Amino acid sequence: MKIHEYQGKEILRKYGVAVPDGGAAFTPDEAVEVAKKLDSKVFVVKAQIHAGGRGKGGGVKIAKSLEEVRSLAEQLLGMNLVTHQTGPGGRIVKRLLVEQGVDIARELYAGVVLDRESAMDVIMVSTEGGVEIEKVAAETPDLIFKVKVDPAVGLRPFQIKQMVYALKLEGSQVKSAVKFISALYRAYKETDASMAEINPLVVTGSGDVMALDAKLNFDDNALYRHKDIVEYRDLAEEEPAEIEASKFDLNYIKLDGNVGCMVNGAGLAMSTMDIIKLTGGEPANFLDVGGAANATTVKAGFEIIISDPNVKAVWINIFGGIVRCDRVAQGVIDALSALDVKVPVVVRLAGTNAIEAAKMLRDSPLEFIVADDFKDGAEKVVAAVV
Amino acid sequence: MSILVDNNTRVVVQGITGSEGTFHSTQMLEYGTKVVAGVTPGKGGTTHLDVPVFNTVADAVKETGANTSCIFVPPPFAADALMEAADAGVKLAICITEGIPTRDMLEVNEYMKKRTTRYIGPNCPGAISPGKAKVGIMPAFIHKQGSIGVISRSGTLTYEAVGQLTALELGQSTCIGIGGDPIIGSTFIDLLELFQDDPDTEAMVMIGEIGGNAEEKAAQFITDYVTKPVVAFIAGRTAPPGRRMGHAGAIIAGGKGTAEDKISALNEAGVHVAESPAEIGITMQKVLRK
Repeated sequence: MKIHEYQGKEILRKYGVAVPDGGAAFTPDEAVEVAKKLDSKVFVVKAQIHAGGRGKGGGVKIAKSLEEVRSLAEQLLGMNLVTHQTGPGGRIVKRLLVEQGVDIARELYAGVVLDRESAMDVIMVSTEGGVEIEKVAAETPDLIFKVKVDPAVGLRPFQIKQMVYALKLEGSQVKSAVKFISALYRAYKETDASMAEINPLVVTGSGDVMALDAKLNFDDNALYRHKDIVEYRDLAEEEPAEIEASKFDLNYIKLDGNVGCMVNGAGLAMSTMDIIKLTGGEPANFLDVGGAANATTVKAGFEIIISDPNVKAVWINIFGGIVRCDRVAQGVIDALSALDVKVPVVVRLAGTNAIEAAKMLRDSPLEFIVADDFKDGAEKVVAAVV
Repeated sequence: MSILVDNNTRVVVQGITGSEGTFHSTQMLEYGTKVVAGVTPGKGGTTHLDVPVFNTVADAVKETGANTSCIFVPPPFAADALMEAADAGVKLAICITEGIPTRDMLEVNEYMKKRTTRYIGPNCPGAISPGKAKVGIMPAFIHKQGSIGVISRSGTLTYEAVGQLTALELGQSTCIGIGGDPIIGSTFIDLLELFQDDPDTEAMVMIGEIGGNAEEKAAQFITDYVTKPVVAFIAGRTAPPGRRMGHAGAIIAGGKGTAEDKISALNEAGVHVAESPAEIGITMQKVLRK
């Protein structure tokens, strides 16, 4: 799960990670109210969307008076912010973060993620802050210093020191940075974050170390034990069809093509997209109806797929293991009888009771294109689009 | 022969009285798997599906000689169930449960390093040696006894591949789903090694997907150690970066974990990579005819 920068900073603040003073605003009036309470002459007004590159996209502005805070808030709220991460469609800005301006002496980087290979958390720091870390990793990998946290003993003081000196910090900055890194890792670990990225991590003119930005993602599987983090979910940042799908425990991801597909199981769903492409078509979505596809999930899945106006044909590809294909076929027949489906539907059912299922589809008054196997299904659905 | 599970496998099902546990234990028993015990805390001393139920895995192992655990415990308790299985000394623990927090799995992984129990999964369909034993949730009837070893990060895509093999009369020695999570027990490498050393396995199918670098590491291992032919398929060539494709571990992050990288590493290792998921069986048939 993703959250906004201001929410991330609220969490970090609770764990003692230094962040600038500030608060969220949903209206220009609120933005001015937040600014008034800040002990600062310079303010930063930051658009809050779930995508990076906001500064370059024109979503981060400096204000030198309360009047300017108001006019910038008016300008940013409702703006369609386009960044390299939003895609060309952009995102409408509905929330702002108003913060005190910070006197920046140096811009650094700190990030925590899981290293799958070693099954350890890895903390990365770099003197090259304020730019994309992937770019630093590709061009100057020597400038990224990494430590792995041994789960048996946790993050050790010597490792924190290694990072602090790798960041070329000195004097009073050292103490501030030691506290920062240990608090950041504790926040990451105790909230079941899947990523915590501070870019830039800044050193202020007075030697404080502070998170100027904060990007936190969380492990969806662990959200059951973090009710407070679930509260941060912003549905406005999610694709409406994906929200609808999640209500039925369906896993749906919208893509740009025109061949809709409904599949049971993530691996088969991915390879169904692959074979559509390989056959000359473009998949419109990823949709995993789960191991236990039934009439309800099939109907819900259908509605979601055809709600995408790009979809010109739909392919149902089910490998019945535990789930019986005749039951899935009944679900498909029920769904199509109830819904107004104007595009061709290709059905390929394999596995348990597949023969009975094919007969049910052929005998029904509805029009299906029945496919015999995986390859046949791909060919038939791609042909049906044209 | 086969690997991991066979006629000597004696299964204890953790979470046997739940709906999933009940359904799949029934299926395993019907297949002829020796399900000798179940564990549900508080129900010790009762029987379920004519199988004795114990409060702890340790009791089940002591009383029944169970050597393999199959776990259907809900996600918040599943990590603990895995550790309990290892503590009780079973040789193999297979965790079917989907949705275990990654941090819990880091602890499990650490715990297992100091123990001899092998674990498979989580978020996997389990293992089957056709004609001998099934420990998991895969549909048994699509399998056929034979000499192809199958290892996969996926569930239904494995069934698809096995279905293709069986249709071509290419039976399987053992089929294992290793799971779709970022942190898992046995990896491609662990199982490729067992198959390489299993005299009854003639060739292997490995089914990977985007995310992580397990396939790249497997490619290196194949170069160094494996002499039997390997056929592979990698799912997710059309998956957009930065999105989790159903499985918690199936994500291209920071440009890493792409299908292209994995396919090229496997090609370099001399693995026969099927271009299309519909050609896994036929690719194996061609390889074996050479």
